[in-house]
Amino acid sequence: MNDAWAAAWARLPEYLGEHVVLSASALLLGLLISLPLTILAVRCRRVRWPILAFASTIQTIPSLALLALFYPLLLMLSALSQRLFGQGFAALGFLPSLLALTLYSMLPIIRNGVAGIVNLPPAIIEAARGVGMTDRQRLLRIELPLAAPMLMAGVRTAAVWVIGTATLSTPVGQTSLGNYIFSGLQVENWVSVLFGCAAAALLALVVDQMLALIETGVALRSRVRILTGTIVLLAGVAAAVIPRLQAAPTTYVIGAKNFSEQYILAELISQRLAAGQHRSVQRTGLGSAIAFRALSRNDIDVYVDYSGTLWANVMHRTDIPSREAMLAEVTHWLENERGITVLGTLGFENAYALAMHRERAQALGIRSIEDLARQSSQLTMGGDLEFFERPEWAALRSAYGLNFAARRQYQPTFMYRAVVSGEVDVIPAFSSDGRIAADDLVLLDDPRHALLPYDAIVLLAPARAGDDELKRALQPLVGSISIEAMRAANLSVDRDTDKLTPAAAARKLGAAVGH
Amino acid sequence: MTNEAPPSAPAVPAAIELTEVSKSFDGGSLAVRNVSFSVAPGTFIAIVGSSGSGKTTTLKMINRLIEPDSGTIRVEGERVDAQEPHALRRRIGYVFQGIGMFPHMSVAENIGITPRLLGWPAGQIETRTLELLDMVDLPRDFASRLPAALSGGQRQRVGVARALAARPGIMLMDEPFGALDPLTRDALGTSYRRLHERMQLTTLMVTHDVFEAVLLADRILVMREGVIVADGTPHDLLGNPPDDDVRALMDMPRRQSERVRSLLDNASPGSVP
Repeated sequence: MNDAWAAAWARLPEYLGEHVVLSASALLLGLLISLPLTILAVRCRRVRWPILAFASTIQTIPSLALLALFYPLLLMLSALSQRLFGQGFAALGFLPSLLALTLYSMLPIIRNGVAGIVNLPPAIIEAARGVGMTDRQRLLRIELPLAAPMLMAGVRTAAVWVIGTATLSTPVGQTSLGNYIFSGLQVENWVSVLFGCAAAALLALVVDQMLALIETGVALRSRVRILTGTIVLLAGVAAAVIPRLQAAPTTYVIGAKNFSEQYILAELISQRLAAGQHRSVQRTGLGSAIAFRALSRNDIDVYVDYSGTLWANVMHRTDIPSREAMLAEVTHWLENERGITVLGTLGFENAYALAMHRERAQALGIRSIEDLARQSSQLTMGGDLEFFERPEWAALRSAYGLNFAARRQYQPTFMYRAVVSGEVDVIPAFSSDGRIAADDLVLLDDPRHALLPYDAIVLLAPARAGDDELKRALQPLVGSISIEAMRAANLSVDRDTDKLTPAAAARKLGAAVGH
Repeated sequence: MTNEAPPSAPAVPAAIELTEVSKSFDGGSLAVRNVSFSVAPGTFIAIVGSSGSGKTTTLKMINRLIEPDSGTIRVEGERVDAQEPHALRRRIGYVFQGIGMFPHMSVAENIGITPRLLGWPAGQIETRTLELLDMVDLPRDFASRLPAALSGGQRQRVGVARALAARPGIMLMDEPFGALDPLTRDALGTSYRRLHERMQLTTLMVTHDVFEAVLLADRILVMREGVIVADGTPHDLLGNPPDDDVRALMDMPRRQSERVRSLLDNASPGSVP
């Protein structure tokens, strides 16, 4: 518990700082875009409805989807710009998050601004025209000052939304307070999840109160309130921005997908680089497809993927070669088609496999899926909620003629309990899952190669193909992690009691494998 | 076809001149049809008529708050459609029933708005503001108050002061005292008439109150369904109305005062000689 607290505190300056910079930029950009649109919508009745409808429509898109959609869109734009101007830009991380959050901030600002101005008493507008104001003078001297409280209320709403939604920028590779939440959810570190939620809520609360202070300051013509609110906000942004300007440029960007093993491996790589005096940052919690594209585009420099995933999802192959043949072909293909370097395998697989409790398997004399098939009509198969829909299950059934007496579906945690208690005889499992060792399960052999091999491999971005220093620093990892070592590390972060943080697990794993 | 000014034209142009002005709001029926009249400088004119007679539309076309469909309007000899609307309005005082105080500005800032738009020096604006507060019978310490702290009558006094601030020669007033209680209304009407005299203003006032028109104006225009149906001094129209409708309209103040008179007579019979 104390360990988790300390780890969370240690990360706060980085996560909070990134969160503040992102939110402040999005809000500022949102204001810069929304104010002219507000004025346009007020002045020109014909565009008022389209503008408000556009802003409302954006709100109906789930935030996470909006953030994720910007990544491929920016990839396209970046490719276009590369072709037109010979210069692309980073499509991962800050930019997609900024654009999505900016769009999110627009509705409350525009809607409140338009309502604030359009609903001013007609007599005031008539008087403004009557005393000889131009349209511009009327806007600046009458309409904007009188609509200011309403507009500020809109800005406050936008600020709270942006700060809350910014936690969702973690999966597109932007560090934020969401890193606490996403990694915490994955490894069931509730201290981390609560810490992230509380930090984001507290930040939103403080910003909201400072904006409220400015708002009442504007309404009451109190310079003290306006100044206090503005100074606190500016100081907060400055405190977040200045360390970023001074920080030496980070050298390497390490990617990780969104499950425990990936967090541990990213930490392990980071520790290896640190040992070689190389600075690095991590982009963790990435979607599987996003991680690969980000690497291809040099948005991240290194991450660990699995041969079977690349085989099926990137190369779109449906045949199942041997472990060695697949590895050779994946390596060759990535090199030639994408310029990606496969540094090597880590030494273990994280594959789909069938698992039985050791005692039960020995009692029935089952060592392989062939053995299992012979007895399957008297046995019960458990599965998680999606397993029986997956191609792996179809492949297994047709290869071995599996035909169980019964099937049961569980949440993953309960599935493991069911096989331990004997409620079911066999379950699917990921081969590097820590619970295999902890629950004393055995994995059944797959002599007919019905399941894809999933070797963990270290991938380097095209731009790092000639980076010998990076290769030297990471080379010791190749072939060094046994399935048992990985299972133990995974278990240490996944278990319910005495949990380790991914960083601590990586240190322990590194020590165990001799780094 | 050019309109050369005839040699007999007066040296001083009319303060306001409308020639065959029409306006429709829905593209069909005319709110104002073919209205022509001219106002000599220094005159106080009242336009009376029932709601929808086109009197407010006529007034607002003069400072281009409403644009006419056809016809020409001249102010001090110049066509209004040849001028920037805001420049035109800074030369013409405008007072209306809604008053339209700017709630975020003090009384002084409200009064000084047009001079400020015209770029007067700050010191001159301040002097003018205090002078105007005196003119509309408001204490000078009102200058720093916000409009919310004022009564309806006080607010309209500020409205009149605001309209007069940049020394316009012409005042357009749309039911200026319509929302005030009768006493305040009478007091404001009387004191405005004095200002009109003292500053040699040309005033065009729209009102539905014939009594007010008769007591304040030099000349009355009666409008009905977008057309001017009568035009004359209060004395002319009271004594010699052109038709029965105008007679009925003009008779109202007379009947009311006769009734009041007879009430007074009955209450103190001995006072009549």
